[in-house]
Amino acid sequence: MAYDSIVCVKQVPDTANITAEAMKEDGTVNRAALPTIFNPEDLHALETALEVRDQYGGTVTVITMGPPKAADVLRDCLFRGADRAILLTDRKAAASDTLATSYILGQAIRTIGRYDLVFCGRQAIDGDTAQVGPQCAEKLGIPQVTYLEQFVSIHDRVARIRRNIGHGWEIVDVKLPAMITVIETANKPRPQAAKRVMKMKSARVPAEVAAEVKAAMPDASEEQLAAETKCRVDALKAAGLLIEQWDLAAINADLERCGLSGSPTKVHRIQAIVLTKEGYTDIPANETGIRQLVHELVVDRTWG
Amino acid sequence: MLEPNRQGEVWVFAEQEDGVLHDVSLELCGKARDLADRLGVKTGAVLPGAGVGQLAKNLIAHGIDTVYTVDHPRLSHYQTLPYAKVMTTLIEKHRPQICIVGATSIGRDLAPRVASTLRAGLTADCTDLDISDVTDPRTKEEHKNLLLQIRPAFGGNIIATIVNFDQWPQMATVREGVMALKPADTSRTGRVVEEKVEIDDASMAIKLIQRHIEPRKVNLKGARVIVAGGGGIGSRDNFKLLYDLAGAIGGAVGASRAAVDSGFIGKEHQIGQTGTTVRPALYIAVGISGAVQHRAGMEESAKIIAINTDGDAPIFGVAHYGIVGDYKEIIPTMIKAIKAKA
Repeated sequence: MAYDSIVCVKQVPDTANITAEAMKEDGTVNRAALPTIFNPEDLHALETALEVRDQYGGTVTVITMGPPKAADVLRDCLFRGADRAILLTDRKAAASDTLATSYILGQAIRTIGRYDLVFCGRQAIDGDTAQVGPQCAEKLGIPQVTYLEQFVSIHDRVARIRRNIGHGWEIVDVKLPAMITVIETANKPRPQAAKRVMKMKSARVPAEVAAEVKAAMPDASEEQLAAETKCRVDALKAAGLLIEQWDLAAINADLERCGLSGSPTKVHRIQAIVLTKEGYTDIPANETGIRQLVHELVVDRTWG
Repeated sequence: MLEPNRQGEVWVFAEQEDGVLHDVSLELCGKARDLADRLGVKTGAVLPGAGVGQLAKNLIAHGIDTVYTVDHPRLSHYQTLPYAKVMTTLIEKHRPQICIVGATSIGRDLAPRVASTLRAGLTADCTDLDISDVTDPRTKEEHKNLLLQIRPAFGGNIIATIVNFDQWPQMATVREGVMALKPADTSRTGRVVEEKVEIDDASMAIKLIQRHIEPRKVNLKGARVIVAGGGGIGSRDNFKLLYDLAGAIGGAVGASRAAVDSGFIGKEHQIGQTGTTVRPALYIAVGISGAVQHRAGMEESAKIIAINTDGDAPIFGVAHYGIVGDYKEIIPTMIKAIKAKA
């Protein structure tokens, strides 16, 4: 019996490697200057889906929500073995919090239609909330199994999953369809397959094609640009290299539930972490200094 | 969607496993008490389980006015759907204005599901909660007494304050150890209200087959002294020096995420926003730069010593004592000085 999976992935700023160049003068982070990466746990979600397909048959469809540049992670998925990729992009989706994001992803998954399993990484490194997976499951009205560390088996549309509960693990059976969130110890993501890279490196979403055309024809009129874009898009489609691009209308989304208006949480204030250096006693890194420090801590009964 | 209810209580999800209340729930009872006193309202706790009603008095002793118990055999072990059903049913019935949940593996599974059903806002892993009037910059409307949900974001490079103007309850999760555990006051009195919630078959979509609980090997929370190493330690072998220092002063060994991610030490040693939050009498941070996510897990320590070769490292911003230099020379000197005192 074959099982169809949908994997939700996200392109994120590489928050672990923020360098001085990525800081603005006021001490805040300049997102545009940051390199973007495939959200690490989403790679493990993709790998889990690919392993299910390898073992039981079926398909793997990946979906991401973001600007046209997020097509990078979709190409990466195609190179690693995904069957189908969809970019959800719409300016009206900007500033969505986890509730609005899960609504939009839920609508997109409904639009895809048939599925047995939905996989997400447990959390994304830019927010670390771990909320979108469970919220998306609720939007779809399906059960959720969080923190998968091993996909044990599927039998008669019941998946057996080992999940990490922090201070141990549990094995659960869940009837499909279900949403599964995956942690990084679950598996080792397969590398990109060279053959698939060769075959699909020129895969693009229409928005990327339009941007490329605009860059190549700076003096062209709007009509000329549109005509050239359509021509290139048609050619990609014929070659099977067009990545699908959906907007909020395509997934029949209620705009009131998307973007800022669909987001109950609002950012009231952002404070950059300013590197301050004040208020501590400087201890010289020598024997006298350290002896004095130890003495002080004994006297004030910190050690005692 | 629920409208704001300004007379609503401040609620805590009372998490218990096998009849034992989780520490974080008791910590949150104390915080709920503070918030409720500032708002002039009462506190409540929701206690789902099977035969766990006797835990209510401990919640009351930690600051709760009304404990809503839901006793059902299908609630004996945590499962997302039945527990979410309990929470959403009771929130819709009593309309609390705030609902806080421990950011445990259970709380982080439950809270988003509940918030999604209610279409309420939810902020994960808050490091502080406060009450303040806030003006909506778009409508210019002033909202009285909102819950400020404060958390690091963006890999810990910023601190964000999140508010929820109108889709209540205002929900937040808080990690264990972030709020201080206040002493129990057994003379406090409160009410216990037995609630009935129907748990249908459809909610039982998941079947528990096997469960394995590992005893905590590292007792960071109970340690009086913690010696913690970061990426600057450089290798697993070098961590031995930290164990030597911890051994000399009877402390435990902790680590930053950078050290854990580099494979120098196990994840059970991790201190920070993801990891354990600690507040020991003495915290010695060695080779830890001090990302805000790490600081969120240790800055409440009574005394902090920072040892780092980089005098500009942010860890010095929270330190009481700073030593700029090579830990490989400083720690042996320190061990010698401690042994001389003993």
